[in-house]
This record gives sequence, C-alpha cells and structure tokens, in this order.
Amino acid sequence: MSVIELDGLRKEFTVRVKVGRLRREKRTVTAVDGIDLRVEQGEMLGYIGPNGAGKSTTLKMLTGVLSPSAGQARVCGLRPVADRTRLALRIGVVFGQRSQLWWDLPLGDSFDLLRHLYRVPAADHAARLRRCRDLLDLDAFLDTPVRQLSLGQRMRGELTAALLHGPQVLFLDEPTIGLDVVSKQAVRGFLAELGRAGDTTLVLTTHDLADIERLCARLVVVDHGRVVHDGSIAALHARYGSRRLVVAELDAPLSTPPQPVGAPLHRVEADGRRLVYALESAGVAEVVSALAGLAALRDVSIVEPDIEDVVARLYRSPAPDPRRPS
Amino acid sequence: MCTGEAVRPGGTLRAYRALLGAQARSQTAYRASFLLDLLGNVGATVFDVVTVLVIYGVTRELGGFTLRETLVMVGLSASAFAVADLLVGNIERLPTHVRTGLFDAVLLRPLGALPQLLLMNLPLRKVSRGVFGVGVLVVALTSAGIDWTPARVALAVVAPLAGVVFFGSLFVATATVSFWWVDSGELANSVTYGGRDFTTYPVTIFDGWFRAAFAYGLGFAFVSYQPALALLGRADPLGLPSWAGWAAPAVALVAAALAATAWRTGIRHYRSTGS
Repeated sequence: MSVIELDGLRKEFTVRVKVGRLRREKRTVTAVDGIDLRVEQGEMLGYIGPNGAGKSTTLKMLTGVLSPSAGQARVCGLRPVADRTRLALRIGVVFGQRSQLWWDLPLGDSFDLLRHLYRVPAADHAARLRRCRDLLDLDAFLDTPVRQLSLGQRMRGELTAALLHGPQVLFLDEPTIGLDVVSKQAVRGFLAELGRAGDTTLVLTTHDLADIERLCARLVVVDHGRVVHDGSIAALHARYGSRRLVVAELDAPLSTPPQPVGAPLHRVEADGRRLVYALESAGVAEVVSALAGLAALRDVSIVEPDIEDVVARLYRSPAPDPRRPS
Repeated sequence: MCTGEAVRPGGTLRAYRALLGAQARSQTAYRASFLLDLLGNVGATVFDVVTVLVIYGVTRELGGFTLRETLVMVGLSASAFAVADLLVGNIERLPTHVRTGLFDAVLLRPLGALPQLLLMNLPLRKVSRGVFGVGVLVVALTSAGIDWTPARVALAVVAPLAGVVFFGSLFVATATVSFWWVDSGELANSVTYGGRDFTTYPVTIFDGWFRAAFAYGLGFAFVSYQPALALLGRADPLGLPSWAGWAAPAVALVAAALAATAWRTGIRHYRSTGS
C-alpha cells in the first residue's frame, strides 16, 4: 500500500460571473482535473505548477480541508475528509501563508499546546523538540510572542510545530516563500536532513525550483489541474529536450558566427564576442573542436540545463484540449 | 507503512482544556483593557431590561402581562442569550476565519472544528453579561409570586438551559450560511439579535404572519414565553396547551440537530481561500 494514493481526483468550483449589468451566470471551474498518483513511504516529492494549476487545492484535499468533487484520495490508508481527525494525528502540514501557531503567545507555548492537542507523550515531545531546537536554532526566540517573529523565524517555528507529533507524511505548501537566503538555507537543510532519515514522506509545493533541486528526487508537474510530468528531474530534461549549452568566448566578434552541426546557435552576447550553442545531437567535444577550427577561442564553458527554463516552457505549452482524451 | 498510535481516552478533553487555557492567557494579557471590556459588556443586557422598565412606566400591562410576569420572560431571554452568546456567539466571526485561513488551520488539527473554533474565540469578557442575565432571571423568578412545585423548580433550571441550546444552535446555523454566502452577516444578525428582542416580550404583543413565523416557525416562543406561562401557571391566551412550556427542551434539541446538520453540510461545501 502506498502512503498516498490518488485516483481520478477532481475538484470543481462553481463561480458566479457577472454578465451584463445585473445578470450573473454560474460557471464551473475545474481546479483539479483527474489526478492519479502514488507516493511511497520515505519519498520526497516536489509538486510544482504555475499559479492556479491546482497544487494547493490538491494538498487541501489530501489533508482533509476540502472534499473532492470526484475521485478518491487515501493518505495513510485513511480518507482525508471522512477520517479527518484521525488523519491529522499522522500528517504534518505547513502552509506558508497559514499559521498553526498562537499569535499572542510565546512560540514555546504553542509547542506545549500542540503536545496536548496531538496527545503526544511528554518524552517523545521533548526529544523531537530538542532536535528541532538544535537543527533550526530556535532557542533565541522560543520566549518571543509569535506575532513579533520575523517570517524566517516563524517558518522555522511552523516546521517544528508540524513535526512535534512525529507525522508519517509532511505536506509543505510554499515553505520558503518570502524567506531570506539564510532562512531558506536553514529550512532546506533541515528538510534534507529529514529526508535522509527516510521515515517521513514529504510532499512539497513550491515556486522556488531550487527547493526541488536540492530536496526532491521525484518531480510532479501539474498544469490546468492535470499531471503533465511525473519522474526525476533528469527525465524532465530528457523529455522536454532541455539542452546543455556550450558558451564560447571569442577574442573578436565574427561577421558570420560558425554553425557546427548538431548544435544550433542559441544566442549571441557581448557584441558577438560570446556565442552560445545548444547541444542537440552533437557532443561537447565535437562542438568545441568544430568551433576551435573556425574561430579563435578565448574560453569555453558548459552550462547545465536550468530547470526553470524547462518548467517555464512547460507552462507556456497550450492547455490540453479537454475534449481530447489523454 | 502507516501504523497509527492508539489514542488515549480522556486525551481529547485535556486537549480542549489546553486550548481554553491558551485563550484565557491571550485575552488576559492586557489586564486593564480586559477589565474595561468586562464592564462594557454588561451594557447591552442592562439596556434590554431598562427598555422593558421604561415601557411599563407608561402602561400597566403589555400584551396582557404585568411587569413582574414580563420580567420572567426578560430573565429567561437575557440569561439564555447572554450565556449562548458567551459560549457560541463568536461563531459569527466564521467568515473572517475563513478569509484569514484560521479555519484551514483548525481543520488540520486532530479535533472537532466547531469546538476548536468556539474555544479559540471564547470571549471571556462576555462572562459579565452572562452573570447579569442569570441575575435578572433569579430576581424575576423570586419576585413573580410563583407557586413553586418540584416540577416548576425543574423547569426553572431546564428552560434557561434549553434557551442557551436554542440560541447557540441559532448562532451556529446562521454562521453556517456564510460557507455558501460570505456576506450573510447582516441576515444572521437580524435573526439572532431580532430573536433576542422578540423573546424579551410576550408574543401576544406581536401579530399575524410575523408572530407565526418567529414564535412558532422559528420556535422563539419556546425560549421564554411558553416556559414563563408554565412557571406562572397562566393559561396561554393564544390557546396552546399548558404542556407547551415543557416542550422547550425538545424544541431546543430539534434546533441543535438542525444546526449540527447544517454545520456538517457547510464543512463539506467549504471552499477555502487562496493558496
């Protein structure tokens, strides 16, 4: 049995749209359009997509906040909405724009309260809290009311709050949104550590692809409520033809840039003194030797494919035609 | 694989108590303002009682009832409303909680959503109002010349409790509307606060479809009017049998069942907001 199982999960919202001065028309918007997914224990899954792709909606259906319009979801073998309170004991959730902490109370008090809410034995609670305090450097602001914490401090508090009951699955919705570089590093490092331990399944939505590159071996890309890619980051590059680039620095610009076979010219920079070629069928060595024969090279470098480029291209691709079965 | 830890019984109660404690600490953090709030909150209920006294300053009877008799209704209504408002009234902030995302956070915890919301928002400053409302009821009951029997003593205890359940259900049911219709606050207020005003007076002063709808359609007659008749030993001028006053708990339970159904349906229709 997988930890997370989605079968044809759908969510539709009816919205009223103004047409004319007084009339309003009901329209159905499909936020999640039939998602099938299996996630095994200990996996770290990156769940990405443009705004409005249905990421948060899916997460809310998996955590029991929203009921699906159709299809089925199982998390830890439980139905999220029907078994909401039982499921809550087994999952941890960090929504970047929602807080689980008590605004007016010191951070430490929130942790204490959560121990009672989740009925965690005192010894387990103390051990988990100690670990988080060490790894996330919480000690400096444990006694500060949550409303006075910086976003980075609060997010470290939220992470701790989500883990104190030892959840089997951790859902993170935009955990690094708005964080400064140092806090981002702290959060990523902590999550990477959690992933290495291997007993927590992690599902992460993000706009920051560095989160994914750092943390997730598996990447699910959703767009218009559907899964458009499910696999490793390497598979994404292979599938969408994202290419390595060869950057050639020349001594002087050429009137006609050389065109090696299998590596079309991608762009010209620095007034023609820097030529960027995309590797298609040709290998690095072939292209470099071809270029060396045609021009005086000052320097050559290879740029690995950038996941952001790939994903940006994915998002720009047209919406799948709903009438066409896929 | 997923192995659940057994939930220890009694833990849920402790969890709710912890929530309540946190709420008390947050609210009393600003001591002076809390004391002022306590005093200020008696105001509205005092005003209700004064209004009735002023009316009896110009007339000896209202809808066929004397001041002492009407005060029993005022006491029942004020105590039931003030206590329900203290315990459940803040559910009217549900649309705000939906907007700020607090409601999502509540749904992610291993406890019932409604009890959590009520405990997390329990307005302790309204305690003063509840105490005042119960005070009015006690004074009214002792000065109305009631012929006390064991059954009437029981009714004097049960009727205000039924009233609390009734008003509480009303608060929940009207707040639930905001799951579908976010700007439903004004409608909710007109039913709850309108209902409180309605139950302050004998229903005989109202007339026609309005009386039929509020008193019997929505059941407000069973909060104060009918129990007051039974306590005072008066026949109903509108012709309902004498046991109608004893039907208050049953009416309250029906209201609670309807409110619970509405709440559950509302949660299923909950749409959440934003990301």
